[in-house]
Amino acid sequence: MRQLLAQIVVDGTVLSALYGLGAAGFALIFGVSGVLNLAHGAVLLVAAMTAWAMASELGLGPYLSQLAGVGGGVIAAYLTYYVVIRPLQRSRKIPDEEREIFVLTATLLWAIMISELLAHFFTATSITVPPLVQGVSQVLGVRTPTNELAVGAVAWLVIGALWLFVHGTRTGKAVWAASINPRGLALLGFDLERIYRWVWGIYGIMGGVAGVLLASFLGANPARAGDLTASAFSIVVLGGLGSIFGSLLASYLIGFIETLTAYLVAPSLRDLPGLIILVLVLYLRPRGLFGRR
Amino acid sequence: MQIQGARALRPLQRWSVEQGAGRRGGFLGRAIWPFAALAAALAVLPWLGVSAYVLGVLTLAFYLGVFAMAWDLLFGYLGEVNFGPTFLVGLGAYGAALLNNYTGLALWGCLAGGAAAAVVGGLLLALPALRLRGPYFGLVTLAAVLFLQRVIVIAARYTGGEIGLAVPSVLSLSARVNYYYALGFMLLSGAVLLALVNSPLGLILQAIGQDAMDAAVLGFNVTKYKLAAFCLSALFSGLAGGLTIFYLGTVSVGTVVDIAVTLQIIIAAILGGRRTIIGAVLGALFLIVMGEYLRPLGDLNEFVVAALALGVLLWAPDGLLGFVVGSRRVEG
Repeated sequence: MRQLLAQIVVDGTVLSALYGLGAAGFALIFGVSGVLNLAHGAVLLVAAMTAWAMASELGLGPYLSQLAGVGGGVIAAYLTYYVVIRPLQRSRKIPDEEREIFVLTATLLWAIMISELLAHFFTATSITVPPLVQGVSQVLGVRTPTNELAVGAVAWLVIGALWLFVHGTRTGKAVWAASINPRGLALLGFDLERIYRWVWGIYGIMGGVAGVLLASFLGANPARAGDLTASAFSIVVLGGLGSIFGSLLASYLIGFIETLTAYLVAPSLRDLPGLIILVLVLYLRPRGLFGRR
Repeated sequence: MQIQGARALRPLQRWSVEQGAGRRGGFLGRAIWPFAALAAALAVLPWLGVSAYVLGVLTLAFYLGVFAMAWDLLFGYLGEVNFGPTFLVGLGAYGAALLNNYTGLALWGCLAGGAAAAVVGGLLLALPALRLRGPYFGLVTLAAVLFLQRVIVIAARYTGGEIGLAVPSVLSLSARVNYYYALGFMLLSGAVLLALVNSPLGLILQAIGQDAMDAAVLGFNVTKYKLAAFCLSALFSGLAGGLTIFYLGTVSVGTVVDIAVTLQIIIAAILGGRRTIIGAVLGALFLIVMGEYLRPLGDLNEFVVAALALGVLLWAPDGLLGFVVGSRRVEG
């Protein structure tokens, strides 16, 4: 029993950190540009599949292949922005009140396109990215792959780097301001276009890291892009759209509930309690736990 | 505030202008003849030596057309981002299948029972729609589909779980008769929905979709109209879902509940042209026929269909029907 509890604590902590990383990127994009990117899971998958292909086809080492995977994530993020989001935001044929619906539908289609291409050119089966570190360690008396600890540590490092960027650099502060009041920032003479470029790049890095780490911890499958998006979406809505802190907290809530369900009830039901909590929270408090809008 | 109020009024103003000019439903008037011609062509198709396989493909396309029309009522007119059309379709289909399997009810009774289940589901979906907007509502509908899917799998003893459940009764064994059932049902649903959206009700729904608060200020009971629209959409989705499974002879998550089916419905409606009802049928036919035509491409088939739909969304947001009858947006 104590063993099981310790196992749940370790797995839950690492899984939650990964969810937090993925969801923070999703929340950042929404906060700054108001875009709900339903191709989020597909961006994560591009990173995972790139890393996998680099390792298994080209024989690159784990560090290089995972770095290449992150690069793939950044490219996928920029493609999403330039091919789908920007044309939609600038189109004059779409009435303003329907723009949001168009972005949701278009990114959903874009996600299908990406996962079909990945399944066609790489593989339609599940893959795992080779671990960053080999070996097994003892944590709380449980034998845990050292890689799992590395995954959690890297996830938190990247989240910390985002915090430093936002609070410590001029560009980062501008990004933060854009998420509060983009029009005010434009009036102050900041180039919003440049800020969007920064944000999509950061989003690509965060999504890329999350995708690669997720694939080395749990594996990845092109058919699962939708599930990845759905979990990031529900975490972000649960935490409150636009609040990165809320997203991080919600990711721990969801991560631990999923792990508990997987270990104590049945692995196939792991996402069910999260769904119920999500619907309840939306009914009772539609702006989420820490939502600003 | 004055400008906003004017926005919600616009559909109503347009209606009164069209009434005054004696050309009620101007868009309907333009689209009705090509549509009648298409319906007539589809009606004589089985007598032109078309194979039973093609008839079967079109039969499924007609049912998809009904799903998409029912979705368009909520999305195009009420402006609800509904990612859960298959929640309604699935309730209708599984309701009918379970009644058929475990009670002695006749086929039509099962269909009615399934449709009733779907309408209850529609009311359940409408409740969050009264409180939540845009993406929040979209997420709840998405959760509803995932939820239904899990429940079906958990209750595998009765529902057949992932594998699905055979349905004892069938509509007909003849491909031609099935084709006419589907075509007739689609035309009937299309006629009812078109008549509805071209009546004052359709304009009130549009006004609510553009700005619910303004519509309420104008004295419309927003709650009542939203509930009515969801029930109507659910009724047609549920009936079409039930008919689909009595045509196929089985019910499974993959054919009536899965997110992939939701996507097909949404793509069909947007591809054809949202807020037109007719467009949803065109989109469904285009999607299914294109899917068959592109079958030699193998697994890239879905990629091409999604890319086509994305292209339409980016460059021709009014959809296929926008090409046929030209732009119908009232400026100003």
